[in-house]
Amino acid sequence: MYEKNGEKYFVVDTHTHFWDASPENWVKGAEQYAKGWIECFHAYQSLGPEATHWPIEHFQKYSADDYEKDVFVDGYADVAISQPTYLKEWFANGFNDLERNAQLLDRFPGRFIVNGRFDPRDGDQAMRQLEADHERFGLKGVKLYTAEWNGASRGWALTDQAAQPFFRKCEELGIKNIHVHKGPTIWPLDKDAFDVKDVDIAATSYPDLNFIVEHVGLPRIEDFCFMATQEPNVYAGLSVVVGALMHARPRFFANCMGELLFWVGEDKMMFGSDYAIWEPKWQIEGLVDWDYPDDTFSDYPRWTTAAKKKVLGLNAARLYGVDVPEECRLRDDEGTPGAEDDAQLVESPA
Amino acid sequence: MISRARVLDALATVHDPELDEPITMLGFVGSCDVSDGGDVSVRLRLPTPQCAPNFAFLMASDAREAVRRVSGVGEVGVVLEDHYTAAEINAAVGAGGGFGAAFPGESSGDLEVLRELFQRKALLARQGRVAAMLLGDGSRPLSHEALVALTVADLPEHREVERSLELRRELGLPCRPGSPALVAGDGGPIPVGELAMWLRRARLVGLSLESNGGLCRSLLRVRHGVHDPTEEVAT
Repeated sequence: MYEKNGEKYFVVDTHTHFWDASPENWVKGAEQYAKGWIECFHAYQSLGPEATHWPIEHFQKYSADDYEKDVFVDGYADVAISQPTYLKEWFANGFNDLERNAQLLDRFPGRFIVNGRFDPRDGDQAMRQLEADHERFGLKGVKLYTAEWNGASRGWALTDQAAQPFFRKCEELGIKNIHVHKGPTIWPLDKDAFDVKDVDIAATSYPDLNFIVEHVGLPRIEDFCFMATQEPNVYAGLSVVVGALMHARPRFFANCMGELLFWVGEDKMMFGSDYAIWEPKWQIEGLVDWDYPDDTFSDYPRWTTAAKKKVLGLNAARLYGVDVPEECRLRDDEGTPGAEDDAQLVESPA
Repeated sequence: MISRARVLDALATVHDPELDEPITMLGFVGSCDVSDGGDVSVRLRLPTPQCAPNFAFLMASDAREAVRRVSGVGEVGVVLEDHYTAAEINAAVGAGGGFGAAFPGESSGDLEVLRELFQRKALLARQGRVAAMLLGDGSRPLSHEALVALTVADLPEHREVERSLELRRELGLPCRPGSPALVAGDGGPIPVGELAMWLRRARLVGLSLESNGGLCRSLLRVRHGVHDPTEEVAT
């Protein structure tokens, strides 16, 4: 919990990692990809405040003690969600797979949620793995990384035929939260890999699932906003938006927040630090202190205390069924966190 | 002998299709050398080794074409550096081949559909800036009815107006003096009832292009120590 000026903020960090990108974990022959990947992440970290930058060796691999201190102690999290990233083509034991993340479960009982994943290109075996993971961990969500390489394949889309049984299985098992992460390089290479249209179609096909688009579809924030405004079950994951823009580009950040509050709405935005790319502490403190820099932003919705409470934790708590202590809840007249009816219908862009 | 300045001018006409900014402004031109004999060697560098291969290819290929059009130029070499598909892209661009030749079996056509998609986004953003300029700061208020009734002939001389019309021409959208000053995707005028939402959309697309450009600059600064003139001072 974070407390400021008498207000108590229940914090759910929806996007954290416990990764191992040390050279010992690089796949032989793919070292340049593994190295390029973690160095790219490390470059992103430099967009945060200088005092929070880590040396590359520490950034490649950090301990459970580091995670506890950075996320739960200094990072105010009441609950943290780990999003797995496998990337086994490049990292021998995975970048941060479910097994690795689950090492932290016993350490933070009731406060740490592990999300699963599936890759429809692996067919039956992936289905059995999803069922087994659910059996073992009681999954409430999965993280899908559509740009991941798999053998000769350089990516997939949520609309692929092979993916449909997995969504039906998620509905059946009550794995309600589908986090989608777009990335570069997807087959065919001449298409826009960041296109979020497949999320739009999947959200319509599976109305009982929640689709959380990580880093708000960046670099396609406009396509994401046009979609989210029309789909009641599409949510915005704020990871990267806060980390990469709030400190380094405050005016862009103000514009992005204003646009998200207008198109997506405060009931459907969720904080995620993307730890360990960025530490959560400065992001949470910064979000609570934040306001538009001047009155040229007057036609955007306001960033109220209620909006901050929803975005920092209450929206995610509703999606994940996390119980919020009375003292951190909203008053009846302050709205319903995670409410689907925030979506408004507008014409689609030309 | 041709001057390096003329080659750089030619490179300044090449845009990152995803960001709608010249590659020279973005810092993507790492070096540009002109020999006594007029041979040109250009090295391009991108913010990350994983930047999308399709856009990377378009920039490398467009850069080569732009430099080849400079009169008196000799051999032209354009090389993309430190990219995970640099070998494929450099080989195809050097041979004057298309994207399909760079990645046989991995693409379903050429890149012109992708290019047009982003040109249309860019047009919306450029027109949005023109509209914001015409609506001004409110000191001489212009009604929405008056704004959608303006024609190309009514537009002031301004770089942003020229850029908007250039792109309309490229996309084959009408831009005669009597054509609407602002056009919808089909080239027709924007219905006045839709203008408010059109302005919102245009602003959002503009913001998206600009903030993506900002992110690219930030990463390029970290990777290559490139000075970033657009950098904001963090508060």
